[in-house]
Amino acid sequence: MMITLTVNGERVTRHVEPRRHLIDFLRLDLGLTGSHAGCEHGVCGACTVRVDGEIVRGCLVLAASLDGAEVTTIEGLTDSGEVADLQDQFVARNAAQCGFCTPGMVMAAADILAHHADADRAAIREHLAGNYCRCTGYQAIVEAVAATLSERAIHTSADAGRGDRTREARR
Amino acid sequence: MKWPALGYLRASSLDELWRALGDGAQILAGGQTLLATLAFRLSEPGTLVDITRIPELRGISVTGGVLRVGALTRHAELGRDALVARHAPLLTQAVPHIAHPAIRNRGTIGGSLAYADPAAELPACAVALDATLVLAREGGERRVKATDFFTGLLTTALEPGEIIAAVEFPLAGPSQRAVILEVARRSGDYAMAGLAAVLDLGADGRVTAPRLTFFGVGDGPVLATRANAALEGRALDAAAIAAAQAALDADLDPPADLHGPPAMKRHLCRVLLGRALQSLTPATEQAA
Repeated sequence: MMITLTVNGERVTRHVEPRRHLIDFLRLDLGLTGSHAGCEHGVCGACTVRVDGEIVRGCLVLAASLDGAEVTTIEGLTDSGEVADLQDQFVARNAAQCGFCTPGMVMAAADILAHHADADRAAIREHLAGNYCRCTGYQAIVEAVAATLSERAIHTSADAGRGDRTREARR
Repeated sequence: MKWPALGYLRASSLDELWRALGDGAQILAGGQTLLATLAFRLSEPGTLVDITRIPELRGISVTGGVLRVGALTRHAELGRDALVARHAPLLTQAVPHIAHPAIRNRGTIGGSLAYADPAAELPACAVALDATLVLAREGGERRVKATDFFTGLLTTALEPGEIIAAVEFPLAGPSQRAVILEVARRSGDYAMAGLAAVLDLGADGRVTAPRLTFFGVGDGPVLATRANAALEGRALDAAAIAAAQAALDADLDPPADLHGPPAMKRHLCRVLLGRALQSLTPATEQAA
């Protein structure tokens, strides 16, 4: 069947088989290999992407059901600059080891930055509990998210006094 | 593994849905369980019929003295809805236990109830809150109590050609106390054992109409009738909690599973019962 949807801001129309899940559609049909197919039954979180602004398991969504939807992958999130600071923290703290879980981790962590600016470490761990890192590098990942949140909090309170618009533009 | 070959149809109204339901048709709502079973080849439906764009199955409202939750309500929506928080606070408490944020953004209450996983939170909440399911079919609907809806392992009272349209919860009164607790290997995983507890605590400190409902320890939600009877009419003190724990053993017949033997599940249930009732005990009792 034919579907038309928006992926990372670009409108695409493709023929898809009903048995195609979103991750295979992104990787095999669109060549967007940033999203990883891990367990393919909803447990590991490596396939986390956004559909209509909310994070989902890409392996538990039929591509065929997404006619008219808006999908954002790690490629689109990176290009937007929305999480550039988080990605810098991932690099600085070696929060990506083998890197397989990293795209999903960054997508899930971006959800914390966007919706839970006051998350403490326990809340960060809870929010990321659906994403496996089989290198077990969780400590560095949680540190990276916590550091990004506190950096943003400092900037936000500093900006509030100056009416600085750059933070807004970056979001 | 990859999903089997299958068909896909989207119904945009109930009329379209009735026409689409037939041999080999499987209803697709949030898909967070169904699509995983495809990957295991545990199910091979001929055609998935997507109901997520049928407006009649959406929405949360208070009508006719009940809280009506549309079948397509996603777990994340349930967790942040003000009407739910006010009239069925057990559900608001339950949502953070259901899988993970990305799954809560897709999974639906109707799907969870229809799948009837014995370790899932919402079927147990529906029983604990004495909810009524509204089942729709072509040309009509009927209402079934949650206690009668779950008939066995992954089995419900749904007839072929019937779907869950909504769930109706009685409105929580000011004396209702509710809590949900579970033990899981990883936050968000299915419970090894869980308890959805609802009771009324009168001004005199006495319990009425307790509905302790366990999950993950049977072939569906387990309403602990003997433990409930042991609590009825008593002040919620240490003696009453001990009596409920003693009575609980006869309510349970947990199967052994991946997590451990029946004796371990019985132990977990006793501990959960103690913790849950302790958390509902008035502060004066706790100090005593």
